[in-house]
Amino acid sequence: MSEEFLTLGIESSCDETSAAVVRGGKEVLSNIISSQVDWHRKFGGVVPEIASRKHVELMNPVIDEALAEAGVSFADLSAVAVTFGPGLVGGLLVGISAAKSIAYAHDIPLVAVNHIEGHIYANFISHPELEPPVVCLTVSGGHTDLLYFEDLGDYEIIGRTIDDAAGEAFDKVARVMEAGFPGGPAIDKLAKKGDPEAIDLPRPMINDSSYDFSFSGLKTAVLNYINNTKQRGEEINKADLAASFQQAVVDVLTAKIMRAADDKGVDNVLLSGGVAANSQLREQLQEKLEEQGKELYYPETRICTDNAAMIASAGYFNWQQNQEAAGYDLNAEPNLQLGE
Amino acid sequence: MLKIKTSSEEETIKLGKKLGSKLNPGDIVCLQGDLGTGKTTFAKGICAGLGVTAPVTSPTYKMVNEYRGELKVIHLDLYRIHEEDELYDLGFEEYIYGDGVAIIEWPDKAGSLMPDNYLDIHFQGQGDDREVRFIPQANKYIGLVAELKQDVDFNN
Repeated sequence: MSEEFLTLGIESSCDETSAAVVRGGKEVLSNIISSQVDWHRKFGGVVPEIASRKHVELMNPVIDEALAEAGVSFADLSAVAVTFGPGLVGGLLVGISAAKSIAYAHDIPLVAVNHIEGHIYANFISHPELEPPVVCLTVSGGHTDLLYFEDLGDYEIIGRTIDDAAGEAFDKVARVMEAGFPGGPAIDKLAKKGDPEAIDLPRPMINDSSYDFSFSGLKTAVLNYINNTKQRGEEINKADLAASFQQAVVDVLTAKIMRAADDKGVDNVLLSGGVAANSQLREQLQEKLEEQGKELYYPETRICTDNAAMIASAGYFNWQQNQEAAGYDLNAEPNLQLGE
Repeated sequence: MLKIKTSSEEETIKLGKKLGSKLNPGDIVCLQGDLGTGKTTFAKGICAGLGVTAPVTSPTYKMVNEYRGELKVIHLDLYRIHEEDELYDLGFEEYIYGDGVAIIEWPDKAGSLMPDNYLDIHFQGQGDDREVRFIPQANKYIGLVAELKQDVDFNN
């Protein structure tokens, strides 16, 4: 029966408006992400302005597209899962309102999902055989959270950033280097041509006994390097700077993950979030883990960033576990923490 | 105008904390300066001065972080805003004209939605040295800045 269980996922917590249909929790039938749709070609200009965060305008077209691509109708759906936090209250409310309407009109359960938990489930979509206990690093423009869990649904945040998220540091450094946008992939690409040891940059908190991270000071160190080099009238070697900066971030992330995996005695380590697509992070971590006979997992790149397939998947498993539907009084929780 | 120099992250936080403890419901504080000049660090201090115990992190990605201390604190970052229109989608005015304290980084991106009355704070500097300038953009902040000056003088 579960194979026929179709979950509609809805995600609108930050920039992206996304809807997806997932069968049986792990099979993605469609996953529509607003920034990746060629709206003009599709609608011939019916959607006039496609800026980010236009959730109200984009929600219905995105849901329609998700159903059409999956080849299903509202009547086929078994449940609707929606992100209710953390995020921006305005965007969250648009998604929640859409989800409530669909759940009520079609008499199917409404399942409330934590956005961070969604990112964790992206790994279980890409690797259906994966089993906890695991250590998982969710690392993106907005998050740098190190988690440990023995059971799905029961997460322990063991470390997080105390200032900037790692992805934010990538974006800001790329901006001042004029490396291109989005910053993460631009630096990753540039770094391949540079020397990671060319410029001496700090590794904040790498020897700190906690699992917490800090990237604000590293960002400032890069800015100081750029200013000083310019003041001396010298040319900046962008490839070397990108490589050195990326190496500093990856060294810190790797050190903390390795220590966490060791302390918790786990064999499986997961990456999730947009920065999980960084090639240097994947390679270095894979190498270090392999030395210890441990394994690294990360989602396919298309479900690393914010998307609704991971929300549908998390919603499906929450529903299977608890059979607990959210009420129609479900509210947005902008500061939602894992485990609430 | 009040000019204060700090020479470490800790000092910047301490200064922010002193300001935070003097803020009142409805106050708006704008933080201006280049990347890496200490705006978010100073905001951490303001939050600490207002009794926020939750970890204060950069709001760049989410654009808004909300905290609760003795007052509600709204920490906004308009760095990623490209056009004024996006501020309506964000609910910018609902956020800043509330009964708590609003801290706005990159306020110049607000264009015509920029509030009329606020405490303007500018950051510049390199390495560990920072110069923080306080410019009251409303009468109610003149006394507050004078008080802050006394406080800082007294402690030095």
